[in-house]
Amino acid sequence: MLAPLEIFLTFARVGISGFGGVNFWMRRVLVQEKRWLTDGEYVEGLAMGQLIPGPNVYNLTVMLGHRFGGALGAWAAIAGLFLPPLAVVIALGLLYRHFSALPMVQAALRGMTFIVAGLLLANAVALARPLPRRLAPWLFLALTFAGVGLLHWPLILVMGALAPFAVAAAWREAGSQRRPGA
Amino acid sequence: MTEVPVWLALFWQFFLLCCISVGGTNTVLPDMHRFVVEEHAWITDRQFADLYALAQAAPGPNALWVTLVGLQIAGWQGAAATTLALLIPSTALSFAAIALHTRRPHSRFGIALRRGIAPIAVGLMFSSGWLLLRSASEQWQGYALTLVAFVAVLRTRLNPLWLIAGGAACGVAGFV
Repeated sequence: MLAPLEIFLTFARVGISGFGGVNFWMRRVLVQEKRWLTDGEYVEGLAMGQLIPGPNVYNLTVMLGHRFGGALGAWAAIAGLFLPPLAVVIALGLLYRHFSALPMVQAALRGMTFIVAGLLLANAVALARPLPRRLAPWLFLALTFAGVGLLHWPLILVMGALAPFAVAAAWREAGSQRRPGA
Repeated sequence: MTEVPVWLALFWQFFLLCCISVGGTNTVLPDMHRFVVEEHAWITDRQFADLYALAQAAPGPNALWVTLVGLQIAGWQGAAATTLALLIPSTALSFAAIALHTRRPHSRFGIALRRGIAPIAVGLMFSSGWLLLRSASEQWQGYALTLVAFVAVLRTRLNPLWLIAGGAACGVAGFV
């Protein structure tokens, strides 16, 4: 078990670094720098974060905080991820109420967007690596990307259509692992 | 009909939407937009887009834009209302998932669920990166920036904050 303070500080670093979103930084800090979990474990947590309603990085934060430090760890992780950025965002929001035109923020955001796209794609490549070398996982990865990324179908429809088959395939696989040779 | 305070109406609507936002708050963004811009005209289309952009540019989870919407519409009470509406369902459901997992950590269904959804989660991350890239521009300069970031992260030890700062500078300078 890790100390709540260390969990808080680590997730605070994830939150405050997360310009353009924290998805990239969560893996960077927890898997690459701290080595608190592997890519394989991270991607399974991310999957659960997707299934639970709400921001998936937030759900992942609750689950990882709990894994690292129990219930207290979960609250420490939530506080770390949310409170420092919340303060920044509220400060920006108050500024916005007084100076509502923000062409410079939008220009900066445009430039940042391209970088964040690159970071997310690199992250996706790293997370795809530990997937088992079998047909099913890669097929579901490709179908998800085709549906959501290329065809712009609603995420909820794509997930709803693919998830039962993906879970069924993994269920069969888990069963055959349990009984070797069966 | 008695008048419901704005912050309470905000809380209740956002709470309901967050309860069904499987896949992230972006999936219910159109419904939130319809509620605050079209139905109630509490903020304008332009303000909605600005606040979304502001939260994207700021550090932290992108979902924090709901805090900004609440703040803009109803001040501190509004900010608290939308933020809690976002966090309460997620927190409760995540703890419920933890409890299930703790009780039966090696259930075959739990393992199948995590392993089955994992490739879909990775596919969604590819989609997010791709959609961000496509939404921003069709110009080659933008694709070049993305390629630089992609290669730098995979091949070098450079702190990605420098990349993000560089991207912001390119945007302000009018390069992309």
